[in-house]
Amino acid sequence: MELFNLGIKSIFIDNMVFAYFLGMCSFLAVSKKVSTAVGLGAAVIFVLTITMPVNWFLSNYVLSEGALSWVSESFATIDLSFLSFIMFIAVIAAIVQLVEMLIEKLSPSLYGSLGIFLPLIAVNCAILGGALWMDERDYGLAESVVFAVGSGIGWMLAIVALAAIREKLKYSHVPDGLKGLGITMFLTGLMGIAFMSFMGIQL
Amino acid sequence: MSTETLEKPIEKKPAEPLFSKRRKKYINDPLSSDNPITIQVLGICSALAVTTQMRPTLIMAISVTLVIVFSNLLISSIRNLVPSRVRIIVQLAIVATFVTLVSEVLKAYQYDMYKQLSVFVGLIITNCIVMGRLEAFAMGNKPWDSVLDGLGSGLGYSWIILAVAFFRELLGSGNVFGWPVFDAIGLSGFPTNSLMVTPVGAFFILGIIIWVQRTKSGYIER
Repeated sequence: MELFNLGIKSIFIDNMVFAYFLGMCSFLAVSKKVSTAVGLGAAVIFVLTITMPVNWFLSNYVLSEGALSWVSESFATIDLSFLSFIMFIAVIAAIVQLVEMLIEKLSPSLYGSLGIFLPLIAVNCAILGGALWMDERDYGLAESVVFAVGSGIGWMLAIVALAAIREKLKYSHVPDGLKGLGITMFLTGLMGIAFMSFMGIQL
Repeated sequence: MSTETLEKPIEKKPAEPLFSKRRKKYINDPLSSDNPITIQVLGICSALAVTTQMRPTLIMAISVTLVIVFSNLLISSIRNLVPSRVRIIVQLAIVATFVTLVSEVLKAYQYDMYKQLSVFVGLIITNCIVMGRLEAFAMGNKPWDSVLDGLGSGLGYSWIILAVAFFRELLGSGNVFGWPVFDAIGLSGFPTNSLMVTPVGAFFILGIIIWVQRTKSGYIER
């Protein structure tokens, strides 16, 4: 039950975009068409779900203080947590490279439409941010998987909703200086107000 | 971006002054007409997340600027040695190294700020401005030019997030750098809007700043 609560919480209440602003770059840049947004959202869920457990093992069995004690007792005092940034980003970049090859093989059309944004998932803060939150909040393995899936779904929800609004927005008259990014910021703000209504829910 | 094409004919000259006109452009452009946040739409995450107060924002601005400058310098010095297939990993490793340095320094000297910024120090690694400058500029230019370019982008980023933080802290809690402004000027009853402290306020403030900045520099998207 607690895991289910964590899932719901990471989708709606602690939404990656509206509560923590993670993954804003691709959120703003790839949200012009719903179909592309769905593809990228799915890719983010996928990458998050794979990288999070890997990073959890890395963090709990290699990096954090005393984690290496399974090798030998004399390693129990070693604290490698200062290496966590480098290790996390290396894992993420490697896995993204794999996913890129996989998508290129399996679905060339999705590969074509995601274009340069696929390698950009590696530098999508939602992925690294997820890993760092996991580390900071001391999640267990099951919790971190649920957290990964939940926040991935939350991110996808946000980008698909924004893309749908921006598709409609093409037919409206926007002041010159606000075109593109400006109006998108206001839209995201208004969507954020809608998501604030989840804040009162106690789980 | 357009500055790269100007380069070839001038480069032949033996001694170019350290701050020639072409090089001053690297610093001036990102401050206004080619601003990384408002025009290029990069590095939005941290521009919104850390800007509830001025102090953490200032720390963040300094950290990001330092990381951009030094990783630009390092990448552009080794740019001919890096095979293009693995360049993203190399760039990430170098950026991550500098970010680790910054985070260790913050942990040692500014522990409360470090706690307040929490994951966003680590997220400098994935700040799109850093990666964008490495990819678009440092991979094809000389070290000193890259340093100036990094400095320009860092300062352009800094003034925007400081502006966002100024309005969010002023309107949200009535302070600037923790100093109660409204009390000091005799408006102690001035209503503060707690919406400004929440993420929503950040979106609106940044939206307004983008609007003003783009109208001033005459940039229109599409």
